[in-house]
Amino acid sequence: MQKMQSRQQQWMPFLFLTPAVILFSVYVIFPIIQSIWLSFFEWDGLGEKTFVGFSNYFELFTDDQFWTALVNNIYWLIFFMLAPPIGLLLALFLNQKVMGIRFVKAMFFFPFVISQVVVGLVFSWFYDPSFGLFNKVLGLFGAEPIAVLSDENWVTFGIIVAGLWPQIAYCMILYLTGLNNLSPDQIEAARLDGAHGWKMLRHVILPQLKPATFIAIVVTVIGALRSFDLVATMTSGGPFGSSSVLAYFMYEQSIFNYRAGYGAAIATILFLIMDVYIAYFLWRMLKSEKA
Amino acid sequence: MFPTPVEQKSLPFNISYRVAIWLALFLWLLPLLAVLLTSARSTADLNAGNYWGIPTQWMFLENYTLVFTQTPMLRYLLNSLIITLPAVIGAVALSTLAGYALAKFKFRGRIGLFAAFIAGNFVPFQILMIPVRNLTIDMGLYDTASGLILFHIAFQTGFCTLFMRNFIIGLPDELIEAARVEGVSEWQIFCHIVLPLVRPALAALSVLIFTFIWNDYFWALVLVQSDEVRPITAGISALKGQWLASWQLISAGSIIAALPPVILFFAMQRHFIAGLTLGATKG
Repeated sequence: MQKMQSRQQQWMPFLFLTPAVILFSVYVIFPIIQSIWLSFFEWDGLGEKTFVGFSNYFELFTDDQFWTALVNNIYWLIFFMLAPPIGLLLALFLNQKVMGIRFVKAMFFFPFVISQVVVGLVFSWFYDPSFGLFNKVLGLFGAEPIAVLSDENWVTFGIIVAGLWPQIAYCMILYLTGLNNLSPDQIEAARLDGAHGWKMLRHVILPQLKPATFIAIVVTVIGALRSFDLVATMTSGGPFGSSSVLAYFMYEQSIFNYRAGYGAAIATILFLIMDVYIAYFLWRMLKSEKA
Repeated sequence: MFPTPVEQKSLPFNISYRVAIWLALFLWLLPLLAVLLTSARSTADLNAGNYWGIPTQWMFLENYTLVFTQTPMLRYLLNSLIITLPAVIGAVALSTLAGYALAKFKFRGRIGLFAAFIAGNFVPFQILMIPVRNLTIDMGLYDTASGLILFHIAFQTGFCTLFMRNFIIGLPDELIEAARVEGVSEWQIFCHIVLPLVRPALAALSVLIFTFIWNDYFWALVLVQSDEVRPITAGISALKGQWLASWQLISAGSIIAALPPVILFFAMQRHFIAGLTLGATKG
């Protein structure tokens, strides 16, 4: 009996894992390898593949559209980093126990729950040059209307702001939960020592919020690099490709221009950039696992 | 508690704080309020440029009826449900099994496997796009709900396994050990001891990935093309092209698309937030 038990203990975990591992390998692990492999071919997605070595990559480096998309991705990364601090400020602002606060917190979180397609529509509207609220407000200050989404210099920032809206909400919730789990003893002790305001935040609160900050930064980076929905709904990468990001550029090349190999090369580059963060996340995660 | 509770501050401070939170909320949701109002506007209002004021004529019912009768919106809504519900159930089921194996059994390569699930969950969709699209076409599942469902199950399994494993690892080993000593089979242990204990995690996880899958737009574009299968996110975006200036209809459509996850969120708020922040309170 004991023997059968322990044998069962040996193979059962594999049985439990099999369905998940098979599906995950077929739909996630193998496709990654296949995409990297494909990036060395010239392929229209249907016909014969021709091996071309690194030439897709060489072409990328001379493609202006690629650099525009890459630079835009960097803008996304930089400006998206506003989400954790703003989310923290909102969380500090809302971390009270007054009447109706639960409802207010829930409503602040709202933008994260709705689809990015809807967020994109909402903001396309907000920016509309003839009736959008944005330009009405600008008008109040006597400024000329700006057609944000058709202006090459503004368009990416306009979309990033739209993306920040749900992202800030997400970070806010992470911090609200973090604030909820603060150790009251430490705060009391610090108060007795005369700490308050900024000093308290900096030396007592923030260190305790570190796990929340970590998750907030990780999801924000991933969100910035994944930006596709908003670009697709708000501008389709336009005007003239000026708001494209790698994720959208890849889609455009593979689906509309029938250049699957070239698209795979773009995806590979995006994947490599993301890998830096994935590796960092895994390293942190596994380190805390051992501790 | 930090910051200091407002109750301990002066009365004027209290009053201004209580006003400020509602004002801030109003500003925060202003773009959305405009859409909500516009979904009740008449064409005449829109032609007159009344985009932000109070509608002169409330066309709420008319506009929403129009959306449901004149466009495939109802179909899209149904499609979204047909895709999302099985995908949620599938992903949660597979990952509960996998998460249990990773949390409570010691075997070689388990850390590596766990790391693969986490890493896979973060990869950009584009690196999967071409092979997944081809695979779906080869299986004859292109432009079917099953094609999308299978992919969502597989992809969400990464995140869900991470989530379930972290939850299950916190369960006491004693219960499982005691059952083993009693000679209960591993499968029985899973069904009768582990499953009842993970119920709260299952709720949190289901609500969360329901939203993720419902709001998916990219895969709806890549794996589906006809109105018969298209989920609501892709549907709205297709309708936007056809309606161009009928803002009241686009707004109504957007509201309809946003509603199911919003309702779910409000109904299960506690679970939802527990799901989102599970990793944030530890690790």
